[in-house]
Amino acid sequence: MTGEMSGFSWVIPFIISAVFLHGIIRKVRVFEVFVEGAWEGILMAIKLIPYLIGIYVAIGIFRESGAVDLMVKVLYPMVSFFEVPADALLLSIVRSLSGPAALGMMLETFDAHGPDSFIGRLASTLVGSNDTTFYIIAVYFGSVGIRKTRYAIPVGLFADFVSFVASVYIVRKVFG
Amino acid sequence: MNGVFSFFILGGIFVAALNGKLDSITPAVMASTESAVQRAISLMGIVSLWLGVARVAEASGLIDRMSRIIAPLFAWLFPSIPKGHPALGCILMNLSANMLGFGNAATPFGLKAMKELQKLNRHPDTATEAMCTFLAINTSGVTLVPATIIALRASAGSKNPSEVVGTILFATICSTLAAIALDYVMRILNRKRSFWG
Repeated sequence: MTGEMSGFSWVIPFIISAVFLHGIIRKVRVFEVFVEGAWEGILMAIKLIPYLIGIYVAIGIFRESGAVDLMVKVLYPMVSFFEVPADALLLSIVRSLSGPAALGMMLETFDAHGPDSFIGRLASTLVGSNDTTFYIIAVYFGSVGIRKTRYAIPVGLFADFVSFVASVYIVRKVFG
Repeated sequence: MNGVFSFFILGGIFVAALNGKLDSITPAVMASTESAVQRAISLMGIVSLWLGVARVAEASGLIDRMSRIIAPLFAWLFPSIPKGHPALGCILMNLSANMLGFGNAATPFGLKAMKELQKLNRHPDTATEAMCTFLAINTSGVTLVPATIIALRASAGSKNPSEVVGTILFATICSTLAAIALDYVMRILNRKRSFWG
Protein backbone atom coordinates (compact mmCIF):
# COMPACT_ATOMS: atom_id res chain seq x y z
CA MET A 1 0.00 0.00 0.00
CA THR A 2 1.08 3.52 -0.58
CA GLY A 3 -0.65 5.19 2.35
CA GLU A 4 -2.67 8.37 2.15
CA MET A 5 -1.90 9.08 -1.50
CA SER A 6 -3.88 6.08 -2.75
CA GLY A 7 -7.04 8.12 -2.14
CA PHE A 8 -6.31 9.89 -5.41
CA SER A 9 -7.40 6.89 -7.49
CA TRP A 10 -10.86 8.46 -7.94
CA VAL A 11 -9.34 11.46 -9.71
CA ILE A 12 -9.15 9.94 -13.20
CA PRO A 13 -12.63 8.37 -13.37
CA PHE A 14 -14.06 11.59 -11.95
CA ILE A 15 -12.38 13.82 -14.55
CA ILE A 16 -13.37 11.63 -17.47
CA SER A 17 -17.01 11.42 -16.44
CA ALA A 18 -17.22 15.13 -15.56
CA VAL A 19 -15.76 16.16 -18.92
CA PHE A 20 -18.05 13.89 -20.93
CA LEU A 21 -21.13 14.79 -18.90
CA HIS A 22 -20.41 18.48 -19.39
CA GLY A 23 -19.88 17.85 -23.10
CA ILE A 24 -23.19 15.99 -23.46
CA ILE A 25 -25.09 18.70 -21.58
CA ARG A 26 -23.54 21.32 -23.85
CA LYS A 27 -24.60 19.26 -26.88
CA VAL A 28 -21.05 18.66 -28.05
CA ARG A 29 -20.71 15.74 -30.49
CA VAL A 30 -18.50 14.14 -27.90
CA PHE A 31 -17.35 11.10 -29.82
CA GLU A 32 -16.33 12.97 -32.95
CA VAL A 33 -14.57 15.67 -30.96
CA PHE A 34 -12.86 13.01 -28.86
CA VAL A 35 -11.59 11.19 -31.95
CA GLU A 36 -10.27 14.46 -33.34
CA GLY A 37 -8.26 15.06 -30.18
CA ALA A 38 -7.10 11.46 -30.01
CA TRP A 39 -5.61 11.84 -33.48
CA GLU A 40 -3.40 14.53 -32.04
CA GLY A 41 -2.25 11.97 -29.46
CA ILE A 42 -1.25 9.51 -32.18
CA LEU A 43 0.76 12.21 -33.93
CA MET A 44 2.34 13.23 -30.63
CA ALA A 45 3.44 9.68 -29.85
CA ILE A 46 4.98 9.39 -33.32
CA LYS A 47 6.75 12.72 -32.91
CA LEU A 48 8.14 11.44 -29.62
CA ILE A 49 9.83 8.41 -31.23
CA PRO A 50 13.04 10.14 -32.41
CA TYR A 51 13.45 11.81 -29.02
CA LEU A 52 12.98 8.50 -27.25
CA ILE A 53 15.46 6.71 -29.50
CA GLY A 54 18.05 9.45 -28.96
CA ILE A 55 17.63 9.51 -25.19
CA TYR A 56 17.40 5.75 -24.75
CA VAL A 57 20.53 5.17 -26.84
CA ALA A 58 22.48 7.95 -25.10
CA ILE A 59 21.53 6.69 -21.65
CA GLY A 60 22.09 3.09 -22.72
CA ILE A 61 25.65 3.85 -23.82
CA PHE A 62 26.31 5.99 -20.78
CA ARG A 63 25.09 3.35 -18.37
CA GLU A 64 26.69 0.37 -20.09
CA SER A 65 30.10 2.06 -20.26
CA GLY A 66 30.29 2.59 -16.52
CA ALA A 67 30.20 6.37 -17.01
CA VAL A 68 27.13 6.68 -14.79
CA ASP A 69 29.05 5.28 -11.84
CA LEU A 70 31.88 7.68 -12.59
CA MET A 71 29.50 10.63 -12.81
CA VAL A 72 27.74 9.69 -9.59
CA LYS A 73 31.14 9.74 -7.90
CA VAL A 74 31.82 13.23 -9.24
CA LEU A 75 28.33 14.67 -8.69
CA TYR A 76 27.60 13.05 -5.38
CA PRO A 77 29.33 15.64 -3.18
CA MET A 78 27.09 18.29 -4.76
CA VAL A 79 23.83 16.46 -4.20
CA SER A 80 24.71 14.57 -1.02
CA PHE A 81 23.30 17.54 0.85
CA PHE A 82 19.84 16.64 -0.45
CA GLU A 83 20.51 12.90 -0.19
CA VAL A 84 19.17 12.15 -3.67
CA PRO A 85 20.46 9.94 -6.47
CA ALA A 86 22.58 11.87 -9.00
CA ASP A 87 20.07 10.76 -11.68
CA ALA A 88 17.43 12.99 -10.10
CA LEU A 89 19.64 16.08 -10.33
CA LEU A 90 20.37 15.27 -13.96
CA LEU A 91 16.67 14.79 -14.70
CA SER A 92 15.71 18.13 -13.20
CA ILE A 93 18.38 19.85 -15.32
CA VAL A 94 17.14 18.12 -18.47
CA ARG A 95 13.56 19.05 -17.50
CA SER A 96 14.22 22.74 -18.00
CA LEU A 97 15.92 22.10 -21.37
CA SER A 98 13.60 19.71 -23.17
CA GLY A 99 10.16 18.31 -22.34
CA PRO A 100 10.28 15.20 -24.56
CA ALA A 101 13.84 14.46 -23.40
CA ALA A 102 12.75 14.65 -19.75
CA LEU A 103 9.77 12.37 -20.48
CA GLY A 104 12.21 9.98 -22.16
CA MET A 105 14.48 10.00 -19.10
CA MET A 106 11.53 9.46 -16.78
CA LEU A 107 10.36 6.48 -18.84
CA GLU A 108 13.90 5.12 -18.86
CA THR A 109 13.92 5.39 -15.05
CA PHE A 110 10.58 3.52 -14.94
CA ASP A 111 12.05 0.74 -17.08
CA ALA A 112 15.23 0.49 -15.00
CA HIS A 113 13.81 0.82 -11.46
CA GLY A 114 10.03 0.56 -11.83
CA PRO A 115 7.53 3.44 -11.55
CA ASP A 116 6.76 2.61 -7.92
CA SER A 117 10.38 2.80 -6.73
CA PHE A 118 11.63 5.82 -4.80
CA ILE A 119 13.50 7.15 -7.82
CA GLY A 120 10.48 6.40 -10.05
CA ARG A 121 8.18 8.44 -7.85
CA LEU A 122 10.74 11.22 -7.52
CA ALA A 123 11.18 11.31 -11.30
CA SER A 124 7.38 11.51 -11.74
CA THR A 125 7.19 14.37 -9.25
CA LEU A 126 10.14 16.25 -10.77
CA VAL A 127 8.74 16.02 -14.28
CA GLY A 128 5.15 16.70 -13.23
CA SER A 129 5.83 19.74 -11.07
CA ASN A 130 7.82 21.64 -13.62
CA ASP A 131 7.84 22.87 -17.16
CA THR A 132 10.43 23.32 -19.89
CA THR A 133 11.70 26.76 -18.82
CA PHE A 134 14.16 27.42 -21.66
CA TYR A 135 11.86 26.08 -24.35
CA ILE A 136 8.91 28.19 -23.22
CA ILE A 137 11.00 31.34 -22.85
CA ALA A 138 12.59 30.82 -26.28
CA VAL A 139 9.36 29.99 -28.09
CA TYR A 140 7.06 32.52 -26.40
CA PHE A 141 9.43 35.48 -26.55
CA GLY A 142 10.72 34.42 -29.96
CA SER A 143 7.21 34.35 -31.41
CA VAL A 144 6.79 38.11 -30.90
CA GLY A 145 10.41 39.12 -31.51
CA ILE A 146 11.43 39.99 -27.95
CA ARG A 147 15.20 39.87 -27.45
CA LYS A 148 15.59 41.54 -24.06
CA THR A 149 14.03 39.01 -21.73
CA ARG A 150 14.87 41.03 -18.59
CA TYR A 151 14.49 38.91 -15.44
CA ALA A 152 12.38 36.10 -16.96
CA ILE A 153 15.23 33.53 -17.11
CA PRO A 154 16.51 33.94 -13.52
CA VAL A 155 12.92 33.76 -12.24
CA GLY A 156 12.26 30.59 -14.27
CA LEU A 157 15.47 28.93 -13.07
CA PHE A 158 14.77 29.88 -9.47
CA ALA A 159 11.35 28.23 -9.76
CA ASP A 160 13.03 25.09 -11.19
CA PHE A 161 15.41 24.96 -8.25
CA VAL A 162 12.59 25.41 -5.71
CA SER A 163 10.61 22.64 -7.41
CA PHE A 164 13.64 20.32 -7.22
CA VAL A 165 14.10 20.91 -3.49
CA ALA A 166 10.35 20.69 -2.82
CA SER A 167 10.04 17.45 -4.84
CA VAL A 168 12.88 15.76 -2.99
CA TYR A 169 11.47 16.89 0.35
CA ILE A 170 7.89 15.79 -0.25
CA VAL A 171 8.65 12.47 -1.97
CA ARG A 172 10.98 11.57 0.89
CA LYS A 173 8.35 12.58 3.42
CA VAL A 174 5.36 10.84 1.79
CA PHE A 175 6.98 7.71 0.38
CA GLY A 176 10.08 7.56 2.59
CA MET B 1 20.16 19.61 -25.01
CA ASN B 2 22.75 19.19 -27.74
CA GLY B 3 25.50 19.39 -25.15
CA VAL B 4 23.88 16.87 -22.82
CA PHE B 5 23.18 14.45 -25.68
CA SER B 6 26.69 14.62 -27.16
CA PHE B 7 28.21 14.35 -23.71
CA PHE B 8 26.28 11.16 -22.97
CA ILE B 9 27.19 9.49 -26.24
CA LEU B 10 30.80 10.62 -26.67
CA GLY B 11 31.59 10.51 -22.95
CA GLY B 12 30.00 7.07 -22.68
CA ILE B 13 31.98 5.62 -25.59
CA PHE B 14 35.17 7.20 -24.30
CA VAL B 15 34.70 5.74 -20.82
CA ALA B 16 33.74 2.37 -22.32
CA ALA B 17 37.00 2.35 -24.27
CA LEU B 18 38.94 3.11 -21.08
CA ASN B 19 37.10 0.38 -19.17
CA GLY B 20 37.56 -2.13 -21.99
CA LYS B 21 33.80 -2.42 -22.35
CA LEU B 22 33.46 -1.42 -26.01
CA ASP B 23 32.11 -4.90 -26.93
CA SER B 24 28.97 -4.37 -24.89
CA ILE B 25 28.10 -0.98 -26.44
CA THR B 26 26.63 -2.29 -29.71
CA PRO B 27 24.14 -4.70 -28.12
CA ALA B 28 23.16 -1.96 -25.64
CA VAL B 29 22.46 0.45 -28.52
CA MET B 30 20.34 -2.13 -30.35
CA ALA B 31 18.33 -2.95 -27.25
CA SER B 32 17.82 0.75 -26.51
CA THR B 33 16.35 1.57 -29.92
CA GLU B 34 13.98 -1.33 -29.62
CA SER B 35 12.68 -0.36 -26.20
CA ALA B 36 12.34 3.28 -27.33
CA VAL B 37 9.99 2.34 -30.17
CA GLN B 38 8.06 -0.14 -28.01
CA ARG B 39 7.63 2.56 -25.40
CA ALA B 40 6.33 5.08 -27.94
CA ILE B 41 3.78 2.62 -29.28
CA SER B 42 2.52 1.68 -25.85
CA LEU B 43 2.16 5.41 -25.16
CA MET B 44 0.04 6.04 -28.18
CA GLY B 45 -3.19 4.75 -26.68
CA ILE B 46 -3.07 6.52 -23.37
CA VAL B 47 -1.86 9.86 -24.74
CA SER B 48 -4.59 9.78 -27.38
CA LEU B 49 -7.20 9.10 -24.71
CA TRP B 50 -6.15 12.22 -22.78
CA LEU B 51 -5.88 14.50 -25.74
CA GLY B 52 -9.33 13.28 -26.81
CA VAL B 53 -10.78 14.09 -23.40
CA ALA B 54 -8.99 17.46 -23.49
CA ARG B 55 -10.58 18.29 -26.82
CA VAL B 56 -14.04 17.51 -25.44
CA ALA B 57 -13.36 19.77 -22.42
CA GLU B 58 -12.31 22.56 -24.74
CA ALA B 59 -15.24 22.17 -27.17
CA SER B 60 -17.83 22.09 -24.39
CA GLY B 61 -16.50 25.31 -22.88
CA LEU B 62 -15.32 23.59 -19.69
CA ILE B 63 -11.83 25.10 -19.93
CA ASP B 64 -13.32 28.52 -20.59
CA ARG B 65 -15.65 28.16 -17.59
CA MET B 66 -12.78 27.20 -15.29
CA SER B 67 -10.83 30.25 -16.42
CA ARG B 68 -13.70 32.51 -15.36
CA ILE B 69 -13.50 31.19 -11.81
CA ILE B 70 -9.90 32.30 -11.39
CA ALA B 71 -10.33 35.61 -13.24
CA PRO B 72 -10.18 37.89 -10.13
CA LEU B 73 -6.84 36.39 -9.13
CA PHE B 74 -5.43 37.24 -12.54
CA ALA B 75 -6.57 40.82 -12.32
CA TRP B 76 -4.35 41.05 -9.24
CA LEU B 77 -1.38 39.30 -10.85
CA PHE B 78 -1.43 41.40 -14.01
CA PRO B 79 -2.28 44.97 -12.94
CA SER B 80 -0.79 46.45 -16.12
CA ILE B 81 -3.29 44.73 -18.43
CA PRO B 82 -6.53 46.72 -18.87
CA LYS B 83 -9.71 44.97 -17.68
CA GLY B 84 -11.40 42.92 -20.36
CA HIS B 85 -8.34 42.98 -22.65
CA PRO B 86 -8.16 39.86 -24.88
CA ALA B 87 -4.67 39.10 -23.49
CA LEU B 88 -6.27 38.18 -20.14
CA GLY B 89 -8.59 35.65 -21.76
CA CYS B 90 -5.68 33.99 -23.57
CA ILE B 91 -3.57 33.86 -20.42
CA LEU B 92 -6.47 32.32 -18.52
CA MET B 93 -7.02 29.69 -21.22
CA ASN B 94 -3.31 28.91 -21.34
CA LEU B 95 -2.91 28.52 -17.60
CA SER B 96 -6.06 26.45 -17.12
CA ALA B 97 -5.02 24.13 -19.94
CA ASN B 98 -1.69 23.83 -18.12
CA MET B 99 -3.38 23.17 -14.78
CA LEU B 100 -5.37 20.34 -16.30
CA GLY B 101 -2.15 18.89 -17.63
CA PHE B 102 -2.94 19.39 -21.33
CA GLY B 103 0.56 20.55 -22.22
CA ASN B 104 0.09 20.71 -25.97
CA ALA B 105 -3.34 22.32 -25.86
CA ALA B 106 -1.83 25.13 -23.77
CA THR B 107 0.82 26.29 -26.24
CA PRO B 108 -1.50 27.84 -28.87
CA PHE B 109 -3.23 29.92 -26.16
CA GLY B 110 0.17 30.94 -24.77
CA LEU B 111 1.39 32.17 -28.15
CA LYS B 112 -1.86 34.08 -28.65
CA ALA B 113 -1.43 35.63 -25.21
CA MET B 114 2.06 36.83 -26.12
CA LYS B 115 0.73 38.37 -29.33
CA GLU B 116 -1.91 40.30 -27.36
CA LEU B 117 0.61 41.36 -24.70
CA GLN B 118 2.95 42.59 -27.42
CA LYS B 119 0.21 45.00 -28.59
CA LEU B 120 0.41 46.68 -25.16
CA ASN B 121 4.22 46.86 -25.32
CA ARG B 122 5.81 50.24 -25.96
CA HIS B 123 9.31 48.75 -26.46
CA PRO B 124 8.73 45.86 -28.89
CA ASP B 125 12.14 44.23 -28.36
CA THR B 126 11.90 44.28 -24.56
CA ALA B 127 9.70 42.09 -22.35
CA THR B 128 6.98 43.85 -20.35
CA GLU B 129 6.26 43.19 -16.68
CA ALA B 130 3.07 41.34 -17.58
CA MET B 131 5.02 39.10 -19.99
CA CYS B 132 7.58 38.26 -17.31
CA THR B 133 4.85 37.43 -14.78
CA PHE B 134 3.03 35.30 -17.34
CA LEU B 135 6.19 33.33 -18.18
CA ALA B 136 7.12 32.99 -14.49
CA ILE B 137 3.79 31.29 -13.76
CA ASN B 138 3.82 29.33 -17.00
CA THR B 139 7.34 27.88 -16.69
CA SER B 140 6.88 26.93 -13.05
CA GLY B 141 4.05 24.72 -14.31
CA VAL B 142 0.94 24.94 -12.17
CA THR B 143 -0.38 21.40 -12.52
CA LEU B 144 -3.59 20.28 -10.81
CA VAL B 145 -4.04 17.10 -12.85
CA PRO B 146 -0.76 15.71 -14.20
CA ALA B 147 -2.59 13.64 -16.82
CA THR B 148 0.48 12.80 -18.91
CA ILE B 149 2.51 11.62 -15.90
CA ILE B 150 -0.37 9.46 -14.65
CA ALA B 151 -0.79 7.99 -18.13
CA LEU B 152 2.92 7.23 -18.46
CA ARG B 153 3.09 5.66 -15.01
CA ALA B 154 0.09 3.48 -15.86
CA SER B 155 1.69 2.33 -19.10
CA ALA B 156 4.89 1.47 -17.22
CA GLY B 157 2.91 -0.88 -14.98
CA SER B 158 2.56 1.21 -11.82
CA LYS B 159 0.27 -0.29 -9.17
CA ASN B 160 -1.07 3.15 -8.35
CA PRO B 161 -0.34 5.59 -11.18
CA SER B 162 -2.04 8.56 -9.53
CA GLU B 163 -0.26 8.29 -6.16
CA VAL B 164 2.08 11.12 -7.20
CA VAL B 165 -0.74 13.66 -7.66
CA GLY B 166 -0.27 14.92 -4.10
CA THR B 167 3.52 15.25 -4.26
CA ILE B 168 3.35 16.98 -7.65
CA LEU B 169 0.72 19.38 -6.33
CA PHE B 170 2.92 20.25 -3.34
CA ALA B 171 6.07 20.79 -5.43
CA THR B 172 4.27 22.75 -8.12
CA ILE B 173 2.61 25.06 -5.60
CA CYS B 174 5.97 25.72 -3.93
CA SER B 175 7.69 26.54 -7.21
CA THR B 176 4.83 28.66 -8.52
CA LEU B 177 4.67 30.71 -5.31
CA ALA B 178 8.46 31.11 -5.44
CA ALA B 179 8.22 32.27 -9.07
CA ILE B 180 5.47 34.79 -8.29
CA ALA B 181 7.38 36.11 -5.27
CA LEU B 182 10.69 36.51 -7.12
CA ASP B 183 8.91 38.04 -10.11
CA TYR B 184 7.34 40.59 -7.78
CA VAL B 185 10.69 41.45 -6.16
CA MET B 186 12.43 41.73 -9.54
CA ARG B 187 9.64 43.97 -10.80
CA ILE B 188 10.13 46.41 -7.90
CA LEU B 189 13.94 46.32 -8.26
CA ASN B 190 13.68 46.92 -11.99
CA ARG B 191 11.38 49.88 -11.63
CA LYS B 192 13.98 51.68 -9.57
CA ARG B 193 16.56 51.29 -12.31
CA SER B 194 14.45 52.03 -15.36
CA PHE B 195 11.16 53.20 -16.78
CA TRP B 196 10.08 50.29 -18.98
CA GLY B 197 6.32 49.82 -19.35
